[in-house]
Amino acid sequence: MAELETPLFGFRETLPRTKEFRRIVRVFLSRKIVVFGLIVILALILTAVFAPVIAPYDPYDQNLYDVLRKPSSKYFLGTDAVGRDTLSRIIYGSRTSLMIGVVALGIAASIGLAMGLIAGYFGGLAYAFIMRLTDALMCFPMILLALVVAAILGSGLKNVMLAVGVALIPAYCRLLCGLVLSVKENDYILAGRAMGASNLRIMFLHVLPNCFPPLIVLMTMQVGMAILAEAGLSFLGIGIEQPTAAWGSMVSDGYQYLLTHPILSFAPGLTIMIVVFAFNMVGDGLRDALDPKLRGTI
Amino acid sequence: MTYPYILRRLLQSIIVLVLVSMIVFVLMRLLPGDPILIYVTQGNLESSTQEQIDLLRKEFGLDKSMPAQYVNWIARVIRGDLGKSILHRDSVSGEIARRLPITFFLGMLAFVISILIGIPAGIISATRRGRWLDTAVTTLANIGITVPIFWLGILLIYFFALYLGWLPVFGYTSPFEDFWLSIKQVIMPVVCLSVFAIASNARQARSSMLEVIRQDYIRTAWSKGLRERSVILGHALKNALIPVVTLIGMMVRNIFGGSVLIETVFNIPGMGRLAVEGILGKDYQVVQGCVLITALIVLASNLVVDISYGWLDPRIRYK
Amino acid sequence: MSVLLNVEDLKTQFRIEQGLVKAVDGVSFYIDEEEIVGMVGESGCGKSVTQMSVLQLIPRPPGEIVSGRVIFEGRDLLGFKPNSPEMLSIRGGKIAMIFQEPMTSLNPVLSIAQQLTEMPKLHLNMETSAAREQAVELLRMVSIPDAERRIDDYPHQFSGGMRQRVMIAMALSCNPRILIADEPTTALDVTTQAQLLDLMKDMVARFRASLVMVTHNLGIVARYAQRIYVMYAGRIVESGTTQEIFAAPRHPYTIGLLACVPRLDQKAGRKLVPIVGTPPNLIDMPPTCAFLPRCPYHIETCKREPWPELRRIAGRQYVSCYVDTGSA
Repeated sequence: MAELETPLFGFRETLPRTKEFRRIVRVFLSRKIVVFGLIVILALILTAVFAPVIAPYDPYDQNLYDVLRKPSSKYFLGTDAVGRDTLSRIIYGSRTSLMIGVVALGIAASIGLAMGLIAGYFGGLAYAFIMRLTDALMCFPMILLALVVAAILGSGLKNVMLAVGVALIPAYCRLLCGLVLSVKENDYILAGRAMGASNLRIMFLHVLPNCFPPLIVLMTMQVGMAILAEAGLSFLGIGIEQPTAAWGSMVSDGYQYLLTHPILSFAPGLTIMIVVFAFNMVGDGLRDALDPKLRGTI
Repeated sequence: MTYPYILRRLLQSIIVLVLVSMIVFVLMRLLPGDPILIYVTQGNLESSTQEQIDLLRKEFGLDKSMPAQYVNWIARVIRGDLGKSILHRDSVSGEIARRLPITFFLGMLAFVISILIGIPAGIISATRRGRWLDTAVTTLANIGITVPIFWLGILLIYFFALYLGWLPVFGYTSPFEDFWLSIKQVIMPVVCLSVFAIASNARQARSSMLEVIRQDYIRTAWSKGLRERSVILGHALKNALIPVVTLIGMMVRNIFGGSVLIETVFNIPGMGRLAVEGILGKDYQVVQGCVLITALIVLASNLVVDISYGWLDPRIRYK
Repeated sequence: MSVLLNVEDLKTQFRIEQGLVKAVDGVSFYIDEEEIVGMVGESGCGKSVTQMSVLQLIPRPPGEIVSGRVIFEGRDLLGFKPNSPEMLSIRGGKIAMIFQEPMTSLNPVLSIAQQLTEMPKLHLNMETSAAREQAVELLRMVSIPDAERRIDDYPHQFSGGMRQRVMIAMALSCNPRILIADEPTTALDVTTQAQLLDLMKDMVARFRASLVMVTHNLGIVARYAQRIYVMYAGRIVESGTTQEIFAAPRHPYTIGLLACVPRLDQKAGRKLVPIVGTPPNLIDMPPTCAFLPRCPYHIETCKREPWPELRRIAGRQYVSCYVDTGSA
């Protein structure tokens, strides 16, 4: 092997060995707005976890002497119609949104991915049926579907999570099915089968891991969608039951007092927007870092 | 022009149609509450005897098995009978017929605006990549897909209606009755409805244009000595629009979804609000009708989009 | 025969994340009327970038033509802006180019007719019907069967070889003085290659144009080219007539290239002789000769001095080397 090594005389090595992981991290953190999104998400998680410590007041505490106060040093964002501190409610609302985002995502992902994997891998009738089913589900606007499911299951946090989750399933199914179809054609899958690996083994150990990059990007973006959907649902009055602090219902509650106390609707809505924006930017950043070739597809 | 592609799409649509109807049927049956009892309670017929209730049950066909009920329901739907509404004292079809044009009007405006603004914005920003126009469009588009539209609606109301007093707060008038009032009332809702669509069209148009510009056949076009305008409009555009067109099907669906929220914010008597009222008021026949009609419209628009896809991309036609 | 194109000391660079790539580092060559010239070199040596620079098709955020002159029809093309009317009329009209990947070089959503008639309508101001007639005639010349009907088909309905024929027809549609073929047959199988090359030779003779054949395949240049330029790491290291180069290669790289090629008249057990080492990394290259790490003939001078200039050795043969390999 020494024969093939030649002295370089000041020329660079042809194939420098940079660590793939470090490159990914570097590209990911290269855009300021992505870093901003990451910070916001971290702040969100911390807020949700440490809500009791951070919030100045108990969000359920109705203080009827301090009804509809404007923002002040005592109540940073003012109070609502029954005297609850807006800031504390927003802080606690982060728990609701985060939980819904994550759980709804988990439901949608596990069912949708399973469907997509089966459809893509086995093809034939399974593919046809699952694809048509997904098409049918995608004929319903997400909010409507979530509304109906929420109406069926009744109000409450868990049911809203399920409702939003169901509405998000088609996206995963479609994406994974497409990915599986293209990964399936690769020769290493054929090699695996030639070596006698079972279908299940191939599916989970070989096909699925190669689909991760676009999946991760989709999931990040979908957390934002889930939060928006939950906000929409609670704005309409279906889902989260009072007095739980949820950003969407806060916007709806504040609507009546729009003329005099716009902050009651503005603050929670702005929070929703910043959080969803953060998730989308992180999703964009992940996509650019993991595989810029995806830019046209997701 | 019976390309195999068109035939296949039509066939698929029929299957999806059947599945959609089944899903609607199942969902409605899962809604809590015995429909008869609901009808009785809300119709103020509490004094009905058990016999009368059983008679009602038979009249509504609810004593038969599920599959039979499904077939009955389909038969009625085909004839145009979508049931009776409890709250509105009218047939569901009648109520929908009154409200659909309104939602349709707003939706069409939003649809057209989002295509006319979103797509060119995305394409131009792709051709001016890296410069300020590109940054501006991209940032706006990124914000546009994250805005909660009901909140945007409230924001706009506060600013333009309450604070500045330029536009009416809410309400709806048909353009045939009072054109200018109608326009003023419609501006804010349509803006809200179209924000997401404009933003996602711009994003998709931009990214697919960027993708197309890198292709070999664009290099060939440059090497032929064509001007930039010919390269972009004559060669790149048609290719770039292909992924964008697939997005248009999604737009119809999203606009309907948006209507549900916007009509509530702006107090517009459209289909979206009808559905919400129906759910809140347990008026399930209405919900069933709204959901079904909405799904059918989305299905039809997806079919149209997919067929025009074949016109754009000749490679699809013969598959 | 007069000189059609004269490129003097062309330099094109790319600024990328990892550093500066001097893709073309002082290249000078000329093309006469009605001749076939070969540009030989391995992937990444700068032969394609050189041709793209002549037509100013270099993507300009990362790339830039830094200096040099490209004299065509008495004018320096680099004096014009890349998308100026002068450059636009030259591209396709006077100097045409065909590329390596026939599968992706034609626009998939436009018919062949549309793509073939575009140039004549633009450069020659032809009417659509006249352009179409010419297009059908061109397709016949490049042996596309049933040209009348197939002209309305789309690229995906043609095979790779046929698409390349269409590209040739397209390139010649405005009667250019020079046709640049950038690895036109690399993506095709061997039999198709031979047909296509014969076709190209035929067509340029018919149209009385010159052909620049950019390739890494020595067999092609040996058979078709009259003169050859050998490129390595962005520079021309040897040039001459085909006979001169093949009979007596003088640059160590050319010698190595020719030695690599297995020959039928050699003994069966003979080992293949590769050029040791790997192609150079073009980022931030030192000023010495780029072949130094791989050169079996190198001397002390090579390590100290900058890249040698081209010196005339014999006849029309020029070499850029400090070592006299002829006597080695």
